[in-house]
Amino acid sequence: MSRPRKVALVGNPNAGKSALFNALTGARQKIANYPGVTVERKSGRFILPTGEPVEMTDLPGAYGLDPTSPDEEVTSKVISGRFPGEAAPDVLVVVLDASNLEQHLVFAQEVLALGKPAVVALNMVDLAERDGLTLDPGVLEEELGVRVVPTVAVRRRGLSELGEAIAAAEARHPGPGLTNLKPTERRVAAHAMADAAILSESKRHRLHARLDRVLLNPWLGPVILLVLLFVVFQAVFAWATPFADALDAGVGWLHDGVKAVMPAGLVRDLITDGIIAGVGAVVVFLPQIVILFAFILAMEASGYMARAAFLMDRLMAHVGLSGRSFIPLLSSFACAIPGIMATRSISDPKDRLTTILIAPMMTCSARLPVYAVIIAAFIPNTNVGGGVGLQGLVLFALYVAGVLGAMLVALILRRSVTKGAASGFIMELPKYQLPRLKDMAIGLWQRAWIFLRRAGTIIFTVTVVLWVLLNFPQAKPGESQVDASIAGKLANGLSVVVEPIGFNRDMALALIPAMAAREVAVSSLATTYAVDASDDDDRQAAELGDQLKSRWTLPMALAFLAWFVFAPQCMSTIAVTRRETNGWKWPAFMLAYLFGLAYAAAGLTYWIAVSAGL
Amino acid sequence: MTLDVLPIGKTARIVAVDWAALVPEEARRLRALGLEEGARVAVAHRGVLGGGDPIALAVGRMTIAVRRAHAAAIDVELLERVDI
Repeated sequence: MSRPRKVALVGNPNAGKSALFNALTGARQKIANYPGVTVERKSGRFILPTGEPVEMTDLPGAYGLDPTSPDEEVTSKVISGRFPGEAAPDVLVVVLDASNLEQHLVFAQEVLALGKPAVVALNMVDLAERDGLTLDPGVLEEELGVRVVPTVAVRRRGLSELGEAIAAAEARHPGPGLTNLKPTERRVAAHAMADAAILSESKRHRLHARLDRVLLNPWLGPVILLVLLFVVFQAVFAWATPFADALDAGVGWLHDGVKAVMPAGLVRDLITDGIIAGVGAVVVFLPQIVILFAFILAMEASGYMARAAFLMDRLMAHVGLSGRSFIPLLSSFACAIPGIMATRSISDPKDRLTTILIAPMMTCSARLPVYAVIIAAFIPNTNVGGGVGLQGLVLFALYVAGVLGAMLVALILRRSVTKGAASGFIMELPKYQLPRLKDMAIGLWQRAWIFLRRAGTIIFTVTVVLWVLLNFPQAKPGESQVDASIAGKLANGLSVVVEPIGFNRDMALALIPAMAAREVAVSSLATTYAVDASDDDDRQAAELGDQLKSRWTLPMALAFLAWFVFAPQCMSTIAVTRRETNGWKWPAFMLAYLFGLAYAAAGLTYWIAVSAGL
Repeated sequence: MTLDVLPIGKTARIVAVDWAALVPEEARRLRALGLEEGARVAVAHRGVLGGGDPIALAVGRMTIAVRRAHAAAIDVELLERVDI
């Protein structure tokens, strides 16, 4: 056979599929998207005990083959081979949560009734044992007609047995006990099977019930969530600083080192002022992104994220959304792309569309470079009392402005463009689990890699192109290089449009390449002022703040900040929105309304600040 | 009585569900999670704002969050046993 056989993991959400997938394939995973939708397609290689390599895919969790969300639709179509461009899996691994058999066996029966080669992974048997359950896999094998292998993904228990079972799996003729069942009959059968398979059941440890009593307490719960969110944002800014400083120093060292060894000239300038300054200005934000994602991944893996959604549901209902939207919106504080992708679990299409449209207003990590540079340059580092710094307060205000803007827009959209029946909120609250270090590490590595790849591709390209546009044609003696360049001329055109909101030519110039990604605004300001600076041994990273202070007024800087609260300047977000909504209509709408808001917010900020005499 | 007025901690059996009152996807999701006729259910937690919305239900070994509107479509009879 030319291509490796395909093995797919299927099961209910919270069956421990991802942990099993990580244990089977290790870190050798490929994350892509199913064509046409933004459901993540995770695949990796697994070598069977027979030596045969197979392609393992982790299908999105589903409760049934009759889909109720875009996620479930992908699973259903892939299993049946109806997904365009995706071959049907050769072997199915049905993953069950051993401690919740009567629920998970319902979907298992539906999948096994298809008659495809299949095995069952009786996963998380350790947690079932902790809950006082003793199970007999033999009973399930007899009832289901396939091999049933007990596994503990996180301890790598049962993995080689599972491999052997996959290698030996053959097409079956499922008995009448599996086929032709109505959903209700499947549930009755699942109860009977679970009862037969459970040999003994001692008094259950209901650890999660006790935790829920605290974390979902009507009064204590919201307070704990608020404190947790505060800690998250505090950590993102405070803990990341030493790492960011170290990275910054590394970039500076590289900049100076290259400058010292290379002969002066255009090529050296391209490398130091163009590439190192531009890409370096962005890479220093890696620590903040990693820390934010670490918290989000831990909240998801521990089961707390679903509780946060529960606590937030009522608030979200006020603007016509549900607690489900909280998870994508929280992820959007790291980056709108995974945020928009996380909307796939929202079943109501109008609800989902609204969440996608407001997700870019959550202050993503790409805005931090812009905010940090401008705030450091223009807002005095004074104490406003109670240990709260003015700089931090301004940053906090920018976050709040984004959230309030998003809520207001959601409210308006749900009454106009995305009008529809009030969306519901139905969600399983999974058992609490300690997040596994390895799974977290894999998740973090994947997020960091996506960010670095962006820095290495989009940001690198944009930086180089901008540098070229800034340096050609070369200025005549006595003329400013920026004024003479192509980029300068382009910016002159744009500055007519943004002049009423207080932006100067340099700001207009920064906005053009920042269309690719917001953080490019910083690297292009750095590149512009580095090109403009005549002094050869300046380090623009350290000097950008001074440059800004000497060229911008405070109202201009504030207007620039207000602009970036709303401006949809991120190509990847627009691309992911297009893919998600199947067309250009909604991304075009998103661009129009967010640019409108950005223009209005920047203009208002500028004129209010000017009239206040700032 | 309907499930939305079931007091916290009390166990009940679902006797009827007004499926027509629910959006088809939500009806299917509720069924998929085992919230259908005959199932035993208890109210585990309620939100504090807006009159105790949403509601966390204990069904089998799972905890499931639903809105009051869903629970109002579900008719239950109270069971004597407290534990499910």
